Amino acid sequence: MNFDFSDEQKQLRDEARRFLTDRCSPAAVRAILEGPEPFDRGLWKGLAEMGFLGAAIPEEYGGVGLGHLELCVIAEELGRVVAPVPMASSIYLAAEFLMAAGTEEQKSRWLPKLASGETIGCFAWSEGVGRVTPKSIRTAVNGGTISGTKAPVADGDVAGLAIVAARSGTGTGENAISLYLVDLIGAGVSVEAIDTIDPTRSQSRIVFDGAPAELLGLAGEGWAIASQVMDRAAVLVAFEQVGGSDRALEMGRDYALDRMAFGRQIGSFQAVKHMLADMYVAATLARSNAYYGAWALSTGSSELPVAAATARVSATDAFQHCAKNNIQVHGGMGFTWAFDCHLYYRRANALALGLGSKSTWEDLLIDRLRQRNDAPAAA
Amino acid sequence: MNFDDTPEEAAFRATARAWLDAHAPKELEAELKMSGFGGMTLKSVDPMAASKAWQAKKKAAGWACLHWPKDYGGRGATPIERVIWGQEEGVFGVLSGTFTIGHGMCGPTLMAWATEEQKRELLPPMASGEHIWCQLFSEPAGGSDLAGLRTRAEKATDGSGDWIINGQKIWTSGAQHSDYGILITRTDSDVPKHKGLTMFFLSMKSPGVEIRPIKQANGQSGFNEVYFTDVRIPDAQRLGAVGNGWQVSLTTLMNERLSIGSGMPTGFPELFDYCMNLQTEDGPAIDDRSVRSRLATYAVRASGLKYTGMRAISALSRGETPGPENSIGKLVAGASMQELAMFALDLQGQAGVVSDPAQAEAGARFQAMLMRSPATRVEGGTDEILRNIIAERVLGLPGDIRVDKDVAFKDIPTRGRG
Repeated sequence: MNFDFSDEQKQLRDEARRFLTDRCSPAAVRAILEGPEPFDRGLWKGLAEMGFLGAAIPEEYGGVGLGHLELCVIAEELGRVVAPVPMASSIYLAAEFLMAAGTEEQKSRWLPKLASGETIGCFAWSEGVGRVTPKSIRTAVNGGTISGTKAPVADGDVAGLAIVAARSGTGTGENAISLYLVDLIGAGVSVEAIDTIDPTRSQSRIVFDGAPAELLGLAGEGWAIASQVMDRAAVLVAFEQVGGSDRALEMGRDYALDRMAFGRQIGSFQAVKHMLADMYVAATLARSNAYYGAWALSTGSSELPVAAATARVSATDAFQHCAKNNIQVHGGMGFTWAFDCHLYYRRANALALGLGSKSTWEDLLIDRLRQRNDAPAAA
Repeated sequence: MNFDDTPEEAAFRATARAWLDAHAPKELEAELKMSGFGGMTLKSVDPMAASKAWQAKKKAAGWACLHWPKDYGGRGATPIERVIWGQEEGVFGVLSGTFTIGHGMCGPTLMAWATEEQKRELLPPMASGEHIWCQLFSEPAGGSDLAGLRTRAEKATDGSGDWIINGQKIWTSGAQHSDYGILITRTDSDVPKHKGLTMFFLSMKSPGVEIRPIKQANGQSGFNEVYFTDVRIPDAQRLGAVGNGWQVSLTTLMNERLSIGSGMPTGFPELFDYCMNLQTEDGPAIDDRSVRSRLATYAVRASGLKYTGMRAISALSRGETPGPENSIGKLVAGASMQELAMFALDLQGQAGVVSDPAQAEAGARFQAMLMRSPATRVEGGTDEILRNIIAERVLGLPGDIRVDKDVAFKDIPTRGRG
């Protein structure tokens, strides 16, 4: 049994960590937090040059052709440094949608641009408050053009390509939904940025008004395709959350070792030690569940729906837990703008919502466990 | 990343499986599967006789104490082979519960500290289940603070070199069935507490040893108090030097943490099945959104423990020592089981109070779990001690300030109030 990453994958992790330590310092993240740029363009270019954007994209489409385990390794490192780049939108979602459902021509047209970072992709899904359901999607396609409003859309303000879930038929069921490729640079599209709890990552409102829309995958299968791709993205984002959890735990631990109060290190008080121990427990459970997701993702296992939901719920828990208690360990300093704790708190809470809320994924997990229990036992 | 055996592991698994297919006591399988929280519940046969018979059969065929050297009755197996054996033995492993403390803790302690002659005499009958061993460590005044123990060992005044033991131990699992025990005592009260301890082994049939079962809060009696009144132990049964008992006890306790991949139960599969089947006025309980949220919380904990175990097994498979992540097992499983039991009873409404297995829901398993789970959070390291261990050994935080560190044992206060 080797339920772990290979030596080569661990080397890739070391390489990614060195690169990001150099290129994505807390100061670089703050430049996005406080400045006018929506994301770190220099870092994005660097990630493309390192082959990280194209790690799981086949070579014939301009990628590096490594695989999803390698992409998981990279995701964890990006999460550790709360990298201010549209990786999830463009790579975990847009590229995965194209690989899952794109025609040969669509893949050849878009994947090389996504792998090189030249074009950023995004996924336009939510249309307002609450869970995204087939019924909640009102954006519709008629005669090859799309109209409606999507918000929030992660990275819509910097993307050139949107994959849009829209109504192509009547009724409220899943088969009324199809997916479309929409060129965001073209006519009939207006985009505005939205302020959010995590300014190191962009969110936007996109209004489509008769923009040309090109079907991705079969008509009426949009919901099913999106479910599959969201599972894949959930595993990758779980690795970002695991990386963030570990870093938040380290920050809390380091501060507890350094900070003196009542004549001793605060890390010698059991109240603080036990809080940090509980952060370690949450982070460890999340890592093990994320590995389960990575295994299912990389082997094409039929367990992916269960594994992805498990990884997602566990990693969401862990990052929120570690990020909030990192602030608690820091005391008042943790609530200052100057300390980096809030960067992790912001990212933890934004990632908890990005692919659908935790309660949504809890529901999915229970449905899927139930289906697995009901399924006839494998021979 | 995979869950596959290496060719060597697959070959070992096949050998183990073939032997188990031919020899395991299949007639007990159904009953053993029902063994729940609070121990083995064999009714068709005497549990002790069945345990000893299975252990002797394994020993004769070389399947006892896999991790021990062959010379002492083991198999000389690798850690990963031990894990594979545990997976294959499955429910029949319940029969080994009686021997766990001997095989897992007393045996390795003897291997490290006893004479060669003693090892050859004592270990093979321990491996075969002929002799049952217990561990006499905890005391009423020394639980988490084990080194605060007060049982005295004094040199006999007759010049024999023997030691005379007086005092009391508590929480001794299986003392009533045991032939031998390892015993930690205080031999010097004038030095700080860790420095005045000495370890022995003794026959539990020695004159002056009295065993009294403890009636637990859940009504069962798995543990004992053991009283020592002028019990005589020959000096040859001392393990390690006089005053070195703390170091010897660490050998024992380190081995306690080596049981990897055994998978602490959380009760989640039972709760999930229960919620699938429980009918409410609005349909199955599992359709209720609040139930689903709770179930998901427990599901990811149970899954996290399972795959943390897989990571540890993978390290063993590579010939490495598992990392510190394995230390979370009991902490997570114990707390989960207790929360989950309370939740299951809540789902039952007022009927949740019923504990008669003939009338209660799910054969009263959740009521049994509720009443047993407080012990899980205390035994083998309390939740608080485990958090200290994670904080100090994994995260590198400072140890507690020990106010009794440099104080002679006899001067350490014993009462908080007057």
